[in-house]
Amino acid sequence: MARAFTPKVVTGNALLEGDVVYYTAQGTWTRNLAEAQVLSDQAAADLRLTEAASDQSLIVGAYLADMAPSDTGPEPTHFREEFRRTGPSNYFHGKQAEA
Amino acid sequence: MYSYNEFDTAFLAERNAQFRSQVERRIDGSLTEDEFRPLRLMNGLYLQLHAYMLRVAIPYGTLRSDQMRMLATIAEKWDKGYGHFTTRQNIQYNWPKLPDVPDILDALGSVQLHAIQTSGNTIRNVTADHFAGAAADEVADPRPIAELLRQWSTDHPEFQFLPRKFKFAVTGADADRAVIRAHDIGIQLVEKDGQRGVRVFVGGGLGRTPVIGKVIRDFLPEEDLLPYSEAIVATYNVLGRRDNKYKARIKITVNENGLETFKELTEKRFAELKPLFGGVDQKMLAEIRTMFAPPAFRNAPTHAYDAAREADPVFRAWADTNLAEHRQEGYAIVSISLKKHGETPGDATADQMRAMADLAETYAHDELRISHEQNVILPHVHKSDLPALHAALKDQGLATANIGLVSDIIACPGMDYCALATARSIPVAQEIANRFDELKLEHEIGPLKIKISGCINACGHHHVGHIGILGLDRAGVENYQITLGGDGTEDAAIGQRTGPGFAYDEITGAIETIIKTYLALRDSEDETYLAAYKRLGVAPFKAALYPEKANAA
Repeated sequence: MARAFTPKVVTGNALLEGDVVYYTAQGTWTRNLAEAQVLSDQAAADLRLTEAASDQSLIVGAYLADMAPSDTGPEPTHFREEFRRTGPSNYFHGKQAEA
Repeated sequence: MYSYNEFDTAFLAERNAQFRSQVERRIDGSLTEDEFRPLRLMNGLYLQLHAYMLRVAIPYGTLRSDQMRMLATIAEKWDKGYGHFTTRQNIQYNWPKLPDVPDILDALGSVQLHAIQTSGNTIRNVTADHFAGAAADEVADPRPIAELLRQWSTDHPEFQFLPRKFKFAVTGADADRAVIRAHDIGIQLVEKDGQRGVRVFVGGGLGRTPVIGKVIRDFLPEEDLLPYSEAIVATYNVLGRRDNKYKARIKITVNENGLETFKELTEKRFAELKPLFGGVDQKMLAEIRTMFAPPAFRNAPTHAYDAAREADPVFRAWADTNLAEHRQEGYAIVSISLKKHGETPGDATADQMRAMADLAETYAHDELRISHEQNVILPHVHKSDLPALHAALKDQGLATANIGLVSDIIACPGMDYCALATARSIPVAQEIANRFDELKLEHEIGPLKIKISGCINACGHHHVGHIGILGLDRAGVENYQITLGGDGTEDAAIGQRTGPGFAYDEITGAIETIIKTYLALRDSEDETYLAAYKRLGVAPFKAALYPEKANAA
């Protein structure tokens, strides 16, 4: 039996700064996960990834990350994406310091 | 200290200019990421979890004060005010921005440092005993050999596209402080019948398949080292597997082909190569040696040191753990701990780097070393200067008296920074260090090496930790496996896994259980953890860690 689709967002790193970025419904990039477009089926996710990955002048290494939708936007389902959203645990650096 | 000549300087300037152009072309869209990626990796630039990471080589861990000051300047000007010293005697900057990297490389070049071959499938930074040139037990200073290897391997056209990365380590003493048996090639300087030579180990390495290196030549005349090394790497370059990156290291090549076959092919290639060297390498080595002459040691009384030991228990505790025996009477080797309890192992702020550079200039003949254990060494300090040095270190939060103790933990960056990691390492190390600081057991426990890796690649050397911790992802949750009895010294051993792993919030308690088991079972205060483990085996530690299994049995 095929596995149930997990909602996803397109994410990658900004070319110039290396920051974690997310793809929005408008086809732009944001540093804020809450503004990312949540993709609810595989075909849409694959299409958006292809579009996003072609944006090489702005980002590097686009991929699909699993998320759980919530009232406040997508929430990471894996700790790796949680760390990417937040920043490192040992210093108040990264996105947690920019918020 | 090795000093660049005109050729070295021009080479580095040209290489940096080339990379500047490549960065410009990536930013203006002339190069795709697929085209740019190998070029940036050839210059030590990775893209990690939150940002780019620049890995800078510190050849054989040796730095001058001006070089350390430049590392501080880079941390402050182009990063977030700190740097991370690694287990391969590199420094990593975790937050550089792509357009700034060419300027950073030029700044490094101005003090004869670079990031070449700190990534990619090539010969990486040559590492060495961090006590080189100072240790009392040394046959000879290994750094001239390491520098010769560095010059030979840098941009060597045959070895830019090896099956996988390739690591050399060199020691000049019987006591192995460079973990040479866990490197692709390990070199030990030896003497036999009055002749200087080397013992060569091959096929060691950690990672997903940990292997202790094997002796391929018990004694090789020193003048044959370069052609013999070239023969080994050339043999690996031909035989090494390229179909599977996990089987591409020389340890697999040696294992699959057998040491005898590998040696036979190496010796054959060596016979072809040896005449081609024609003594040029030995002329270079002679020149290099002149740059590693010992500093001008002074004869002076050491009363101040003796008095401070008597009067100040804090100084005495620091001296007992952080000093090592120097070959020169009246001198000591000082290890500066970058493992203050609760801090990130191996990190130093720009201010701390600058302070250490100043102290090296004032008290240590302008020399610093970075150890594979992520600490900083002042190799030549007169004992009479130690009280003043200790006071200055205290002012900078650098006088933690824990070298070789339970909180002197090697920890890779783990999932807080590294794109390859499967779990975090740093907060685990911080919590263990804090726990034993609170328990006030650290000095009672005595020598004990804990090493933590956040993935199977084993950058934290967990396999050779007396207690090794490996962070993994188990069904989307951080999980930590424990190994016991590993050893990175001349008695090298791979640790034995205890059993199922522990959750993030359980791992510190598990380590406490192991150590309290040791304290309860040691036959005297003089029996170290490792000695007790060798005597007792894994059974009592497993029983303590998994009491439910022990009860069920």
